[in-house]
Amino acid sequence: MELRIDRSSVERCRALAQAIAAPVSDFIDAHSTVAVERSVLRLLGVDGVGADEIPVPNVIVDALGADAKADGVSLAFGRAVAETGLAPEILGREIAAGSHAVTDFARVPAEAARAALRPHVEAGLERVRSRRVERDERLARLPQQPAPLLYVIVASGNIYEDRTAAVAAAEAGAQIIAVIRSTGQSLLDFVPYGPTTEGFGGTYATQANFKIMREALDEASERLGRYVMLTNYASGLCMPEIATTAALERLDMLLNDSMYGILFRDINMKRTFVDQHFSRMLNAYSGIVINTGEDNYLTTADAVEQAHAVLASQFINEEFAHRAGMPDRQIGLGDAYEISPDLEDGFLFQVAQAQLARQIFPQAPLKYMPPTKHMTGDIFKGHLIDALFNLTSVMTGQTIHLCGMLTEAIHTPFLGDRVLAIENAQYVMNTARHFGEEISFKDGGRIETRARDVLSDCERLLSRVAETGMMESIEGKAFADVSRPPDGGRGFDGVFARGPEYWNPFEEALRAELGLSAARGAAAAVR
Amino acid sequence: MSTSVKPYGDTMNDGKVQLSFTLPVEWSEAADEAARQLVAKMGFEDVQVAEGRRIASGFSFFVVYASTPQAIDFSTIKAPSAKTHAMSMEEVDAFVNERLGRKVRVAGACIGTDAHTVGIDAILNMKGYKGDYGLERYHAFETFNLGSQVAVEDLVRFAKEKNIDAILASQVVTQKGSDVRNFTALVELLEAEGLRDRVVTICGGPRVTNLMASELGYDAGFGRGTLPSEVASFIALRLAERPALSRS
Repeated sequence: MELRIDRSSVERCRALAQAIAAPVSDFIDAHSTVAVERSVLRLLGVDGVGADEIPVPNVIVDALGADAKADGVSLAFGRAVAETGLAPEILGREIAAGSHAVTDFARVPAEAARAALRPHVEAGLERVRSRRVERDERLARLPQQPAPLLYVIVASGNIYEDRTAAVAAAEAGAQIIAVIRSTGQSLLDFVPYGPTTEGFGGTYATQANFKIMREALDEASERLGRYVMLTNYASGLCMPEIATTAALERLDMLLNDSMYGILFRDINMKRTFVDQHFSRMLNAYSGIVINTGEDNYLTTADAVEQAHAVLASQFINEEFAHRAGMPDRQIGLGDAYEISPDLEDGFLFQVAQAQLARQIFPQAPLKYMPPTKHMTGDIFKGHLIDALFNLTSVMTGQTIHLCGMLTEAIHTPFLGDRVLAIENAQYVMNTARHFGEEISFKDGGRIETRARDVLSDCERLLSRVAETGMMESIEGKAFADVSRPPDGGRGFDGVFARGPEYWNPFEEALRAELGLSAARGAAAAVR
Repeated sequence: MSTSVKPYGDTMNDGKVQLSFTLPVEWSEAADEAARQLVAKMGFEDVQVAEGRRIASGFSFFVVYASTPQAIDFSTIKAPSAKTHAMSMEEVDAFVNERLGRKVRVAGACIGTDAHTVGIDAILNMKGYKGDYGLERYHAFETFNLGSQVAVEDLVRFAKEKNIDAILASQVVTQKGSDVRNFTALVELLEAEGLRDRVVTICGGPRVTNLMASELGYDAGFGRGTLPSEVASFIALRLAERPALSRS
């Protein structure tokens, strides 16, 4: 089942995506953010909360003056480590308690700071590496069932109820569990601390909650003889910190999109690009598969009209991920089954789009999102639409399959809803397992023509964006019909230019490990 | 004439309903019987457990058919609709032009921490919903879509500064009553700021009903499937009813 498409157009799209990303990379290399710096502290082992429940990494980064911040938190914190001889975690707590000020050690030479942090940087990397090795071992011992991997969400607000729901879903056949975050967490400029039992529309992402869920799923995996994956959201103002805690607690996937926060949460674009690059380097090193968010374009815009924007975003997400050292097998590009059920031949268009992505990104673990926009309170019709979504997914070889809920438009899923959704997917995918291998598309037929149109519209959109520039295009409503100015939105005040002495030891190490060239910003030029 | 109604299966007044639910017990024949007795305890008669099975360890799922002895007198039901006098876009534009003689300023937002703008966008965005154009396309309206996660304080401040005529507040997330809490906070703040009688207040969302909206103190509430023109008509008509508002 192969679409005959213009391969040269695909190559041009990739070249355009490179041209679009290159100037953004230059910006990224010359800047850092408070969230990146807080992630560095977390990787060094800093954790816990101080007065008023403010996380220790926030306390330390917020205490830096503009000059010290421009050098990166590592130098200031490294000086404190060199002088006090304390381990980062203990030093962090003492700073939060007021026994030391991170700014008190400016006279300690930079070389001493670097030397003092070196073992802690090594230890941090080793923690991340060991979690990855652990995942590989478990996956080898407890193999997953064949793709599409059935993915469901839990979202009660209470991590202990979520745990019950997740284990029940795993028993019913779920292979990936995502814990939806409390609505609004993406706008918090700190990561909440400890286990949580209160949330709205979801459960707070905290390191303690990650740990609780990971343990429960590990136990279920052993019992079921197949590894059950865990997912959360590296998006919003704490994107790199979530990437960090996810690496440390062996999450397997993270939602992470190059434009989602900008367009749909009004998070500043510069903040997003810088945070995202560091997050993705870390994801690459942790072996975490990212899930990009192209489905979101279709919840606000029309899925037929905006199909080319989905493909364009997939090219852009792929390029940014490659630039962060991610291999194709970790880039879960997104799409969604959102065409109106009233449209004649809508199913054909869905197949065209899904198959197009499969052929253009053959190694990517594509993430397929279920219908949401056209789901109503009519659960019976909803279950039926979900069945056709399931068929499209298995036919076109999607990898990560978010099971559609018959109660999508009504409430966060009940335990029983999730099981019905999994059973729907299992039935359809089993009964039509090799359907895609048995059929071929009519030459120049409706499906192939549709795929060709989407590809050529995508190339046109990418050329426009390449000509205008990425940031300017976002301001000019090129995506999702939303305009965001480069210096507007949430979190812009947390973006800063790297000074000539800027130092981020984890970025250095990750670049080396991932085979990326050194940052071309001011710092690299000096050293 | 009797207006008493019961659910209709295949015979008038058979009272047939279908239920499905999960019980936190391991499946067994006793679990089926427990489901049957539970539904009987709810007041249903002729209870048949059509399906009962294990769905996870410690959880069983049931599909049950039963008859209800209850009936409702339909003539006593009151649920006034805010959609009764819907006009087309052209009619609304003409009506506002004639009766108000100026543009109506509308501000919409997804309030609180809710980030689901699909509803407010369907009503406000040019494109609209189901082929019915959004308020941005009307000549009669000057529209401000403040987007998602807007604090009620910010919305009220905006309404004050921009002399807003109508506020549309949207809530999709309803977990643990967060929607009602946010809607209430907005009305209370408008009241405290002395704006309540100067603006038309409308709430919307998939779980909103007009009845619930009036109980919360809103002029109207619009639920799932609402078309932009229905909201537009309501705003125009309500403003025209208020002489104090129409020529401000």
